Amino acid sequence: MGIIEVKGLAKSYETRSRRKTTRVDAVAGVDLDVAEGEIFGFLGPNGAGKTTTLRMLATLIPPDAGEATIAGANLRSQQAKVREAIGYIAQGGATTDDATAREELVLQARMHGISKAEAQRRAVAALAAFELTEYADRACKTYSGGQRRRVDIAMGIIHRPKVVFLDEPTTGLDPQSRAHMWDEVRRLRSEGMTVFLTTHYLEEADVLCDRVAIIDGGVIVAEGTPDTLKREISGDIVTVGVGEDFAEKAGEVLTGQDYLTEVEVRDGGMLRLAVEDGGTAVPRVMRTLDDAGIATSTVEVHRPTLDDVFLTKTGRSLRES
Amino acid sequence: MKVLHDTWLIFHRNLKLMLRSPLWVVLGVSQPVVFLLLFAPLLKPALATMGAHSQAQAYRIYVPGMLVALALAGGLYAGFDLLRELSSGIVERARVTPVSRLALLLGRALRDVVVLVVQAAIIIVLSLLFGLTVSIPALLIGYGILALITLTSASFSYGVALKIKNPAVLGQLINNVAQPLMLLSGTLLPIALAPLWLRDTANGNPFNWAVTGMRALFTGHPGDPSIWKAFAMLGGLAVITIAWSGRKFAKSVR
Ligand SMILES: Nc1ncnc2c1ncn2[C@@H]1O[C@H](COP(=O)(O)OP(=O)(O)OP(=O)(O)O)[C@@H](O)[C@H]1O
Ligand SMILES: [Mg+2]
Repeated sequence: MGIIEVKGLAKSYETRSRRKTTRVDAVAGVDLDVAEGEIFGFLGPNGAGKTTTLRMLATLIPPDAGEATIAGANLRSQQAKVREAIGYIAQGGATTDDATAREELVLQARMHGISKAEAQRRAVAALAAFELTEYADRACKTYSGGQRRRVDIAMGIIHRPKVVFLDEPTTGLDPQSRAHMWDEVRRLRSEGMTVFLTTHYLEEADVLCDRVAIIDGGVIVAEGTPDTLKREISGDIVTVGVGEDFAEKAGEVLTGQDYLTEVEVRDGGMLRLAVEDGGTAVPRVMRTLDDAGIATSTVEVHRPTLDDVFLTKTGRSLRES
Repeated sequence: MKVLHDTWLIFHRNLKLMLRSPLWVVLGVSQPVVFLLLFAPLLKPALATMGAHSQAQAYRIYVPGMLVALALAGGLYAGFDLLRELSSGIVERARVTPVSRLALLLGRALRDVVVLVVQAAIIIVLSLLFGLTVSIPALLIGYGILALITLTSASFSYGVALKIKNPAVLGQLINNVAQPLMLLSGTLLPIALAPLWLRDTANGNPFNWAVTGMRALFTGHPGDPSIWKAFAMLGGLAVITIAWSGRKFAKSVR
């Protein structure tokens, strides 16, 4: 049984502009099953419904339909128990300009009913763990984006929740801070927490997450480990360079080979081949071309990216949207 | 008691943050202070119809009304502060914790009461220099009235802010509530000067009773029935407003 189980979760908004009332199905029936100790990624473009889903699971907005249990507590009937079990770190952050990181951490702990002395102890430990000790007594408005984001996360887990919801933890951070944040997220998991994060970075979903659900227009279009998702779609992509003069001929020779699912002749004397497994296909491609007297100048194997997955499921590229 | 514990937590936090920019308190009181200084020479003749035969007597009529106006206005504008907190995610951050929802309201409203106590003290001390006299017990009872007014007006403002969320609309609405309320309560102009039908509405207006009660206290009539009427009506109104606004904190959706 998963630590987060969601069935048919839905939420729509009515927005009024001038005369017209439009209905937005922000989340249109989402099913999820997240296992304990996972880093689960929610990948989707702007407006896909990621934040809305998270806010519902964090007890902040009531769902229109659907059921969910988080750490064994029912989302509708046991909100207090859900709140005990979760930490929620909002997309926009939640630090106060004029407060210091230490004050924020102590307050957050005390709002969870932790005693003053214990709250102060935990704040000190959290500051050290998130490498914030140096800035602990400076107003949050003087922090860098990455430092401020780390305060947000430290606040979200100060009560040691079982499940952490992280809404776009790395949006707006430079590559170095992003890598730092990934380490923090992995540390949360190593401390026994289940992490449910949203992102619209392909690489983040791919590298950081154990399992990914791709959401678009309020519905989940694909779900699985990054590897299975990518493999499921199209195997591997092999690009072979043979030069302008031989491209046509190479295309003819390769078409119909049973280990190739797709053969496409491209400009510049290149061939794009969709194969089931790049490792075994490449030697066979080379041999076939060699037998036909065609020399290959370059061979490259691409693993399909999550963007290829998104593309096949929605017809759009995540990079463009 | 969880509510008390959490209220103290929120109160303490908000007070501490406000003390980091004390200018705010001073700016809030600057307008009444200017009024006090500017109108000082005009007070005696203007309030003669209400029985002000000396400067001190004029102040006993003018200052209580001004304090009520200050408590009303100060509380009504508190919602803007909450809008800022809403957009920075602090309220939401509190709402995923088990912290008492009522405490989120009361902690803030009590902070506003403390601000008012300081502002009122500034005005009273200044007025003492101009010849106002008031007994300590009367002053303490007066503070009770002012505290109830601030609790009510601030809670109202927070509830409206949670519902409206748009600073421009909130500003208009607060203006539209504050100005007629001040006029109808006779805070600055005596209600006795108003047409009869307006004077009749004053009987059902808790803030008008507050002004009357405050004037009774400052003129040395602590037994005047207007005082307990003010307490009863303001107390009832405060409970209703806090209950309404507290519900908004419990289910505020942004
Ligand atoms: N309070 C609201 N009122 C009206 N529409 C809303 C509201 N909140 C969200 N929506 C709409 O619901 C849809 C989903 O929004 P949501 O914030 O969940 O997207 P998201 O996946 O988090 O996007 P992003 O990556 O930009 O954060 C959007 O079309 C959004 O405009
Ligand atoms: Mg979002």
